[in-house]
Amino acid sequence: MNSNGKKTIKFLGATVVAMFFFSFALVPLYNVFCEVTGINGKIFQSNDSDQYASFEGRDVAVQFISSNNENMPWTFKPSDEVMGVVTGKYYNANFYVKNTTGKTMTAQAVPSIAPSNAAAHLKKLECFCFEQQELAPGEEALLPVKFLISNELPETIQNVILSYTIFDITDYNQEKLAHNNMQLEKN
Amino acid sequence: MPFNLINKFAGYIFTLTLFSTSAQADWFDLNMTEGATAISKEVFDLHMLIFWICVAIGVVVFSVMFYSMFAHTKKKNPVAATFHESTKVEIAWTVIPFLILIAMAVPASKTLTKMYDDTAGDVNIQVTGYQWKWQYRYLEDGVSFFSNLSTDMDEIYNLVPKGENYLEEVDEALVIPVGKKVRFLITANDVIHSWWVPAFAIKQDAIPGFVNTAWTTVDKPGIYRGKCTELCGKNHGFMPIVVKVVEQDEYDAWINDKKEEAFKLAELTEKEWTTAELVERGEGVYATNCVACHQTNGQGIPGIFPALAGSDIVLNDKPKNIEILMEGVQGAAMNSFDYLSEVELAAVITYTRQSWGNAENGDGEIVTPKDIVDYKKPKI
Amino acid sequence: MSAVIENHHDDHHHGPAKGLSRWLYTTNHKDIGTLYLWFSFAMFLIGGAMAMIIRAELFQPGMQIVEPEFYNQMITLHGLIMIFGGVMPAFVGLANWLVPMMVGAPDMALPRMNNLSFWILPFAFFILLASLFMEGGAPNFGWTFYAPLSTTYAPPSVTFFIFSVHIMGASSIMGAINVIVTIMNMRAPGMDLMKMPLFVWSWLITAYLLIAVMPVLAGAVTMMLMDIHFGTSFFNAAGGGDPVLFQHIFWFFGHPEVYIMILPAFGIVSHIIETFSRKQLFGYSSMVWAMLSIAILSFVVWAHHMFTVGMPLAAELFFMWATMLIAVPTGVKVFNWIATMFKGSMTFETPMLFACAFVVLFTLGGFSGLMLAITPADFQYHDTYFVVAHFHYVLVPGSIFSIMAAVYYWIPKWSGNMYDERLGKLHFWLSFIGVNVTFFPQHFIGLAGMPRRYPDYALQFADWNMISTVGAFLFGISQVFFLFIVIKTVMGGKKATDQVWEGARGLEWTVASPAPYHTFETPPKVD
Repeated sequence: MNSNGKKTIKFLGATVVAMFFFSFALVPLYNVFCEVTGINGKIFQSNDSDQYASFEGRDVAVQFISSNNENMPWTFKPSDEVMGVVTGKYYNANFYVKNTTGKTMTAQAVPSIAPSNAAAHLKKLECFCFEQQELAPGEEALLPVKFLISNELPETIQNVILSYTIFDITDYNQEKLAHNNMQLEKN
Repeated sequence: MPFNLINKFAGYIFTLTLFSTSAQADWFDLNMTEGATAISKEVFDLHMLIFWICVAIGVVVFSVMFYSMFAHTKKKNPVAATFHESTKVEIAWTVIPFLILIAMAVPASKTLTKMYDDTAGDVNIQVTGYQWKWQYRYLEDGVSFFSNLSTDMDEIYNLVPKGENYLEEVDEALVIPVGKKVRFLITANDVIHSWWVPAFAIKQDAIPGFVNTAWTTVDKPGIYRGKCTELCGKNHGFMPIVVKVVEQDEYDAWINDKKEEAFKLAELTEKEWTTAELVERGEGVYATNCVACHQTNGQGIPGIFPALAGSDIVLNDKPKNIEILMEGVQGAAMNSFDYLSEVELAAVITYTRQSWGNAENGDGEIVTPKDIVDYKKPKI
Repeated sequence: MSAVIENHHDDHHHGPAKGLSRWLYTTNHKDIGTLYLWFSFAMFLIGGAMAMIIRAELFQPGMQIVEPEFYNQMITLHGLIMIFGGVMPAFVGLANWLVPMMVGAPDMALPRMNNLSFWILPFAFFILLASLFMEGGAPNFGWTFYAPLSTTYAPPSVTFFIFSVHIMGASSIMGAINVIVTIMNMRAPGMDLMKMPLFVWSWLITAYLLIAVMPVLAGAVTMMLMDIHFGTSFFNAAGGGDPVLFQHIFWFFGHPEVYIMILPAFGIVSHIIETFSRKQLFGYSSMVWAMLSIAILSFVVWAHHMFTVGMPLAAELFFMWATMLIAVPTGVKVFNWIATMFKGSMTFETPMLFACAFVVLFTLGGFSGLMLAITPADFQYHDTYFVVAHFHYVLVPGSIFSIMAAVYYWIPKWSGNMYDERLGKLHFWLSFIGVNVTFFPQHFIGLAGMPRRYPDYALQFADWNMISTVGAFLFGISQVFFLFIVIKTVMGGKKATDQVWEGARGLEWTVASPAPYHTFETPPKVD
């Protein structure tokens, strides 16, 4: 085969390999995209508490929803179902959990925000979703969320819904899980 | 204007058999529904617009083609023409379709933008897809229940004739008020499902761990049926949606009933009954309802009424024990006692399981009111 | 007398080897083409049998024949087998047979890799079909295998499914490399790119699409494998992943994939219409540009398969507009085919019948595709039988008809025998009626509200489902008839001339019928 042919083969082979790695690159790219546009309720920890606390803007109602994934048996509910807030100010909300089973279990809470274009404007300083939660049998806890809705929230939104789903991750490989959870703690 | 008339005409043709009373097989069920909301009507109109544009293009293009297939055969046109390009013509049939597409994209974008409404709802309902049923939770009122397919297995397996709403009926419908904005927060418990009600033109995927939103304001009361539209396992085809849209006062009354039900249920199920409490209560129930046949000492009357003391079912078979109280026994004098409250039923069964040495000789399992509530839930 | 000592390939002196070894070890593009075509026909019949089971269950409301769990396995395997075992290998088989001859090359650029590309396919499908007998049954999550149904909730056979998909992908990638290198490096002198036959162009573009997206499919199934077996959480929300990410990655592959399944069809139809109109194809260069535009646009429309997933408004608008745009180059092609026919001198032998049916029915599928692109309307169409009708129109009277057309058109060249024209026409009409009776009513039941992947349905969908099933059985039987026609032709029949078709142009018609085992060992002169 002539040298051109060999060059083409090399080029095509390299493209195949590159596209395979590109598909894996889509994973962080997807997260970056979600962070930049704030969609799908993917939320990241905001480090600087003063950054967003500014003037007090308008009233917004925040509704809290709790869901249990699959057969996650824990009791899980928000302390307050609705909270009236003002934009530009930090608030604390709590979620009550209780391990009603007879064995120690670990849970992971995953947040989601509706409507999707509100997600970029809900900043969380502290969130129990950032860490795994381990409870002994019968143990209960009050898990905190410290959040703020920025003044940039579009005018049309008067009502924001912050939803958490708890998953049972007791059986997960603890190391792998710790690594994955670091993704949740981007700045 | 004339466009609406054409649609109406097509609608009449397409929906002739709406006059038939049964929802049986429908030859003229050819088209999308106009639905019961302003948005669903807009979506229908958009659908018909695109449809008619496609028909028009198809008629023009295919008539040229069919004409050619008829007139330009080797027999009729033995010498073929030789033209094989024309920049003018090519530009024309690139630009004109492009313009037609823009004409379609404008109304489509307008309608889509309307659907992405962020404002709050008068009623907010969390919809959770499970394998294989839906759960509805009214966020303001705390009312929550499951909605399961209620069609009998016997109908599905062709043992009995199929009912009118075969595969489109549930045990507990979603109830919403007419004319009010209802917001749905859609998620899933396990795999991806999708919540679709054609009459509202709402379809959003139910994704575990995430919440999708949808909203509707329904113009007229009625019953609207929907389906799960994302493959979710074995019974994907067996988890329908039924929405009952009612006047505000009927809705308020229904919510009140549900709240009371929920309160009662909470009372019963959340209260931690001790065995002693159940036995004490059960003794009273036994005395009123069971003593006549099974006697105070639980011995029954040999050959006529079975003994409960030392009975295998009472000793070791809690599920069967509950079943007998709820269903009665076929062909025997034992009737169903399901008219008793859950507390009374749980108490009396527990009393029999704990008395006359039964607790020591058997598994000693007690029955709680929640067990009775669970038994009453539909099974699929 | 030449001073150069000519190098004779002694092992070719007496033609191809005999027996099973010929087929196992062949590096000849014609043999490999034949292998691919027979393999794809077998897979088409197997996938078709599964379709018969599906349609039989849907003949009436109620569960009569199979259980819902098995039904889900049937719809999954039907899709996988038709796409990866039917359509794609058939097009590769046609590429193998035709591309070297059409460009005046003696064989494909990498003949041994060509053999490997084929032989791993029966192996992959053996694994996939064997999963039917594994505990937990075959894959049951649809050919689109969305997570977490295909990860956390999948039967044990999912691992074999992943392995099988990797092998199929490798086969396609190797085949695509072969096609590109052949076309770019082995064309006869004088055959510039813009002088290449359109089938060659269509395969050049298709091969680049394959190179770009099959590795992404491989990435997706590898991530699945890692989630299932190695504790990662690409698609699991609990671990910080996202099921929607799966859909983005899958459809980034999936959308170009459907153009991979139609571009070679465009090439075939261009050849056949030109020949039977006895008139040069209208607008050659715009046909090339149209195929290029379609291929490039195919990379930026993937999320139109995901309109109900909860994307933000801006994204939905973008994907709606980009998807609508693809109608423009596609329309150009349809107009050009009709312009070729116009004022031509047409006869309607079987290949032309299939090609004309393709133009009409593929366009119908294009119209329903345009309707699906309109996002607010798509909320009513998505995951219903309207979608099933759309993609079956573009795939069956689209891709499959083009493959049948190609077989009728070129089999005289491959075998040296003419097929029986009356039988061919009968097969065409039975298939044409069958395909329309099967799939046209599916538009109605989709619009009326029947979702896809349902083993049972409410009573108002019964009438049209029954009709659709009748059509399906007619279509299915017609393909067994097609098998008979093909075998009959190969075994004997009226001898074909070298030219075969009066209006046919191209290098493949300059060699004998049947084509000699080795052609163009010396490159021809192309003007």
